[in-house]
Amino acid sequence: MTRHIRHAAVFCALLLVALLVNAARVQVLEARAHDGNAANRRATIARYGQPRGDILVDGRPVTGSRDTGEQLRYERTYADGPLYAPVTGFASQEYGTTLLEHAEDGVLSGTDPILAPFRLWNEFTRSHTPGGDVETTLNGAAQKAAYDGLDGRKGAVAAIEPSSGRILALVSSPSYDPAALSGNDAGVARSWARLNGHADKPMLNRAVRQTYPPGSTFKVVTTAAALDAGVVTDLDEPTDSPAPYRLPGTTTTLTNESDGCEDLSLREAFKWSCNTVFAKLGVDVGSTDMAATAQAFGFNDTALRIPFSVARSTFDTTVDRAQLALSSIGQYNTRATPLQMAMVAAAVANGGQVREPYLVERRMRAGGATVDMAGARPVRQAMQPQTAARLKELMTQVVTEGTGTNAAIPGATVGGKTGTAQHGLLNSGTPYAWFVSWAQGDDDLEAKVAVAVVVEDASVARGDITGGGVAAPIARAVMKAVLAS
Amino acid sequence: MTKAGTTVRTADPPLPAVRLPRRRGIELALIVLAVLLSVYGYCAVGLARNGTVPPGAAGYGAGLGVLALLAHVAVRLRAPCADPLLLPIGVLLNGLGLVLIYRLDLETPYDRAAPTQLVWSTLGVALFIVVVLLLRDHRALTRYQYVCVAAALVLLALPILFPAVNGARIWIRVAGFSIQPGEFAKVLLAVFFAAYLAANRDALAYAGRQVWPLRRIQLPTGRVLGPIVAVWLVSVGVLILERDLGTSLLFFGLFVVLLYVATGRTGWIAVGLLLASLGAVAVGWLEPHVHSRVQDWLHPFASIEAGQGPNQVAQSLFAFAAGGVLGTGLGLGHSVLIGFAVKSDFILATAGEELGLAGLSAIFLLYGLLVERGYRAGLRLRDPFGRLLAVGLASIVALQVFVIAGGVTGLIPLTGMAMPFLAQGGSSVVTNWAIVALLIRVSDSARGRSDEPARAIG
Repeated sequence: MTRHIRHAAVFCALLLVALLVNAARVQVLEARAHDGNAANRRATIARYGQPRGDILVDGRPVTGSRDTGEQLRYERTYADGPLYAPVTGFASQEYGTTLLEHAEDGVLSGTDPILAPFRLWNEFTRSHTPGGDVETTLNGAAQKAAYDGLDGRKGAVAAIEPSSGRILALVSSPSYDPAALSGNDAGVARSWARLNGHADKPMLNRAVRQTYPPGSTFKVVTTAAALDAGVVTDLDEPTDSPAPYRLPGTTTTLTNESDGCEDLSLREAFKWSCNTVFAKLGVDVGSTDMAATAQAFGFNDTALRIPFSVARSTFDTTVDRAQLALSSIGQYNTRATPLQMAMVAAAVANGGQVREPYLVERRMRAGGATVDMAGARPVRQAMQPQTAARLKELMTQVVTEGTGTNAAIPGATVGGKTGTAQHGLLNSGTPYAWFVSWAQGDDDLEAKVAVAVVVEDASVARGDITGGGVAAPIARAVMKAVLAS
Repeated sequence: MTKAGTTVRTADPPLPAVRLPRRRGIELALIVLAVLLSVYGYCAVGLARNGTVPPGAAGYGAGLGVLALLAHVAVRLRAPCADPLLLPIGVLLNGLGLVLIYRLDLETPYDRAAPTQLVWSTLGVALFIVVVLLLRDHRALTRYQYVCVAAALVLLALPILFPAVNGARIWIRVAGFSIQPGEFAKVLLAVFFAAYLAANRDALAYAGRQVWPLRRIQLPTGRVLGPIVAVWLVSVGVLILERDLGTSLLFFGLFVVLLYVATGRTGWIAVGLLLASLGAVAVGWLEPHVHSRVQDWLHPFASIEAGQGPNQVAQSLFAFAAGGVLGTGLGLGHSVLIGFAVKSDFILATAGEELGLAGLSAIFLLYGLLVERGYRAGLRLRDPFGRLLAVGLASIVALQVFVIAGGVTGLIPLTGMAMPFLAQGGSSVVTNWAIVALLIRVSDSARGRSDEPARAIG
């Protein structure tokens, strides 16, 4: 019997070995696969198990975290949700993250290796790095001025500092409160459905994710191309341009909003925004040079990240002469984001140099120690410095005596360009009102701000929708806010 | 080694007649260690969750300590030569189980199980003391073997009269308490099997015909096939009527092991395995409950791929994997995601996640040690009943641990069963204390009386 008891004991020992080997298989060999399984909620629980880092404007957080005591413990809160929604985006337990919350998620959630100096030790102790903070380049006063200026009308504002590319304001209207999407309950699902089904698309970031025909504001680009190419050498020499202008190779004629554009000098034509003059100018420059200049300003660029992606602004490079004429006055396939048009104004104010725009000034650990500063951004020469100087002169005249007088600020030099872009089938839609500008305080050495404003459908009679009437006052408010700070 | 005139025995050669040291002091030291470890775990949960030592830590430690000391005193009084490891292992596993249940209670504030479990543990230790004090000689149990089997069958049959809970008909509810009578039946059946086989092993060992070409496998004769077929039928009956795969596996496994030990016939193993696989295949086909368990074992992530989220086995595997080698630390895991039965059948997943492979291996080794001490007592004893009883009780623990631990770690199909001492379940913890009490009793006989003549053999 002893022998058989031993056999049974060996059998039990085998069972024990099987359990131990199998435990090692599950807990060590297959652990990584199980941990990474999408249905395993532990990663999600860990992610929301600590407060999320904050997004800072002017050194103050515009976000927060709320302890819900639920399984997914911390929920995102927003101090001024709709105002900053086009910058922060949302951080939802149900629907993921967007915009800065998405692009800087590694820092905010604490998973970015840059935050953890002792990586192996952290893995050993299973400690979670607290979420870091992200300081933006935004100017709170400018952001507020832009948001209040749009006042709920559909439209967008983008403002940047010409010398650096720092984005000072990024507003889209109508906006939404991203806090409504933070949690994971039924109310969040309802908000999600409501926001997505809304006719005005409040979650669309019109400042960077929507392109509009830039209309007359694009004449800044056309002028830069013409001056750089030597098509125009003297701003005051009459241009050989008929009005109305018959588009080359067609029977279609182009007219102006105002009279007296025939053979006008470039200076006067810019001041009064003569379509005929600039359409012909674009044709005279030719599609190759026009496209080269437009692309130097940033058109057709798909790679821009601020750090979230920006919709591509387009200038069609394969056009016939009639299409080129329309493209040169910001119609046909020419489309631009408000941010792109702010970059155009900034290039003029910055001696022809385009600084790549960016939103993140620095990244910090939870304690406030800086881990990363915004470095020097790539620079592109969009036009020659003397061309920029002449364009500055032209744009200043628009504000002092042309279509953009509404943007004038006492004690500062302001240059601008209005635009009224037609769109829709047979141009039947309510035109978009544009204004692009820059401003330099009388005591400043360089321009402090460049801004682009677009208002989609101001509820006023069609004839009154001009960039100068609707959009310029918003631009002025933003520029004043920046100059005052 | 025998002289003319003395009785020549055909049984195994006796062990050297040496009185072993009693080692009660070691037992006491180990009990203190076990209580301290449990209190440490209790404090670790509180520190991890709230940053403070839980207010009940002292009371918990004192309660567990008093229970353990009372048991120790009973052993000192009536089983002074018992194996010194058995009681400390029971105390440690019971204490650890209470810590794990208390820890899971924090996740389910509406459903606190630890206080009830503490009451049951107290009852279990009380039963332990009663058994150690009153049962002076394990051989007295042979007189009650038919009472045992009758009681076991009644207990097994009882739940059929009660409504099914979660698909299994194994509970009865009395005065607010859920009792699983099948747990008590295990011990009673082990006593009966041991007594029956000790009395009839010679008849059973008689080899029948040999099957060509498997000459080495000797089939038992048809006449003695009766008992094994009866037990097999009871097991299958339990399975079908109560849908309790685990218990039926356990009964059958226990019987086959004891039959093999008693008769030494490999043929019994062959017959046992054959019948077991026949039963398993048939039931797996016919019973959807069992069939789905097998499917979950083969494809634990099928429900995820079907878009229905992870099932319990998948969640259990996630928990073990999250533990890794060192574990998350007590109170810091998320095994509560397993949901239903996280405190009972799946309690091991919490241990695996929060204590890691290191802690889980330690727990397995504790069980291994418990089983080994049982087998050791069986080897030392001279009377067949005692030997079979020791082997049977140890095998119950071994099989039960394997069936449920293998189930929750994906080694074998999951069958609902309580992890001895760890899992929530009053009947289980009381039964396990009874098993330890009986092992104490037989080990006391084995170690203390090895120099006395084996009276029961003859």
